Amino acid sequence: MAGEDATFLRPAPIPPRAPPRGVRGPIPWLRRNLFSSPANTVTTILVLLFLAWTIPPLIRWAFIDAAWTGEDRSVCLDGGACWAFIGAKINLILYGQYPPAERWRVVVVAVLFIAGVVPLAIPKVPGKRWNVVYLLIAFPVIAFMLLTGIGVGLRHVPTDRWGGLFVTLVTAVFGIVISLPLGILLALGRRSRLPVVRWLSAGFIELWRGVPLVAVLFMASVMLPIFLPPGVTFDKLLRAMLCIAIFYSAYMAEVVRGGLQAIPKGQYEGSMALGLSFLQRMRLVIMPQALTVVIPGIVNTFIALFKDTSLIMVIGLFDLLGMLKSATNDSDWASPSVPATAYVFAGLIFWIFCFGLSRYSIFIERRLERGRQRR
Amino acid sequence: MTVTDRSAATSATAIEMTGVNKWFGAFHALRDIDLRVRRGERIVICGPSGSGKSTLIRCINALENHQSGRIVVDGIVMSHDHQRIDEIRRDVGMVFQQFNLFPHLTILENCTLAPAWVRKMPRAEAEALAMRFLERVKIPEQANKYPGQLSGGQQQRVAIARALCMSPRIMLFDEPTSSLDPEMVKEVLDVMVSLAEEGMTMVVVTHEMGFARQVADRVIFMDEGQIIEENAPEAFFTNPRHERTKLFLSHILR
Repeated sequence: MAGEDATFLRPAPIPPRAPPRGVRGPIPWLRRNLFSSPANTVTTILVLLFLAWTIPPLIRWAFIDAAWTGEDRSVCLDGGACWAFIGAKINLILYGQYPPAERWRVVVVAVLFIAGVVPLAIPKVPGKRWNVVYLLIAFPVIAFMLLTGIGVGLRHVPTDRWGGLFVTLVTAVFGIVISLPLGILLALGRRSRLPVVRWLSAGFIELWRGVPLVAVLFMASVMLPIFLPPGVTFDKLLRAMLCIAIFYSAYMAEVVRGGLQAIPKGQYEGSMALGLSFLQRMRLVIMPQALTVVIPGIVNTFIALFKDTSLIMVIGLFDLLGMLKSATNDSDWASPSVPATAYVFAGLIFWIFCFGLSRYSIFIERRLERGRQRR
Repeated sequence: MTVTDRSAATSATAIEMTGVNKWFGAFHALRDIDLRVRRGERIVICGPSGSGKSTLIRCINALENHQSGRIVVDGIVMSHDHQRIDEIRRDVGMVFQQFNLFPHLTILENCTLAPAWVRKMPRAEAEALAMRFLERVKIPEQANKYPGQLSGGQQQRVAIARALCMSPRIMLFDEPTSSLDPEMVKEVLDVMVSLAEEGMTMVVVTHEMGFARQVADRVIFMDEGQIIEENAPEAFFTNPRHERTKLFLSHILR
């Protein structure tokens, strides 16, 4: 402070200087992040103790005491995980009761699917439009014909023979592909200026959101046949797939609506003032922004959907979990460690897929953020 | 062009509002507005906040619907018909207080969006057009950046270029400099002045009285949803007649 003299004139400009050197290296990092205060230190020690208590037994169970190979229950009696059981049942776990001679069809469809999804998922690969056309139009038709055998002169495999991871993936992919566009339409409908459209959309969303998925599946399997004329059947798996897709489209609609509400009114007005039509405004201006905002919510819903496909077990379909559960009933493999192994394995497979989805969504979010560089 | 009366479109009148009324719920926002804007005329609308000036110009491109009265824009009679409204919007450019650029698109994409999708212009042609207008507003070097990377003044100039890319016959400005830092106001006003000098029909809601003096053919003062006074700028500023106008001017011209 210059006393009574309130004037000041900078004699020379201050050049920019480098920031003070930070404390680097692992030891300072530990001190700063894990032992910065007494409470923090106590927490760190408690967590370490907890890990020391839980991790070694888990490793012993999963690896050291585990039986990796074997032909029947005799190898699995000493308490460790029974991976030999998984090995023995792997075809059942992957394909269900799909006839062994026809399993190559499932593999071909899986390869065709991966060939479509991988280039779509990598931002740098060009030709996204054709990629989407392939995945949404060509692939479903080919997959349907190959898997059922209808229309291609292959042996017909009815869907009650389908099972295992294969059915889990078919149901999940179908649900994901249907629920997002349907959810977008419902979200737009719920915000429509036309009251009838608004009421119908809101009613549809609230109806499906208000009922447990298990109840929906039971109703579809038990009640639908009552309403259909006698003799008309409706494939059970397709029914379950539709139920899951529609059920989750209601959730998706609310996620998307959240995104729409986050878009400032000015974006609507700016695009209206340019003379863009409603569909152009939504497609080019509003949706790209709204969907970006709610990527975490969308992926969250996808993950929930993926896991809930295992509920189709309750109406007698055998997804990955159902197949593993029924495989544990095999008396050749009756051992206390077999069910535990089966459920841990199912959990692991679900986790791998869901974690992959989650990581991919984070990658996309980061990428969009970098492209945009908002201040 | 079913609803366009060509003789009217080429006539001397750009905008004609007759007995226009607008309510927000029970609030009477616009009261018996009569306004005729000639082609090539520059109108500045001012007034205290809540006086209805923004609502008035937003009725011209149907961002707000009026409930009674008649609006004819560029020979097209306003109705609730979407096609007719879109037709008007294609001919009327608008610049907003908050810029309303699309943050997920680059500057160039912001400018080519409407020409490409509304006018069905080929991509290369739309980009050439956009670059021409970005040069007009003196920021061609920012073409591949995103709006968030630009200053407020630059964003507003992009917004003007974006509107010009649709080759509008009329430009509406809704407080274009009100959310800018003081040092950026001039760069935006300069673009608007040059636009006025080229003969663009402009309706500008602003408190920039310097701009009004320099550019406007007519200044309109609004209060409580009504047009209180209108006059040529010199007369308006030096000799306001209505008490309300005098009070308003004494507040803003300190």
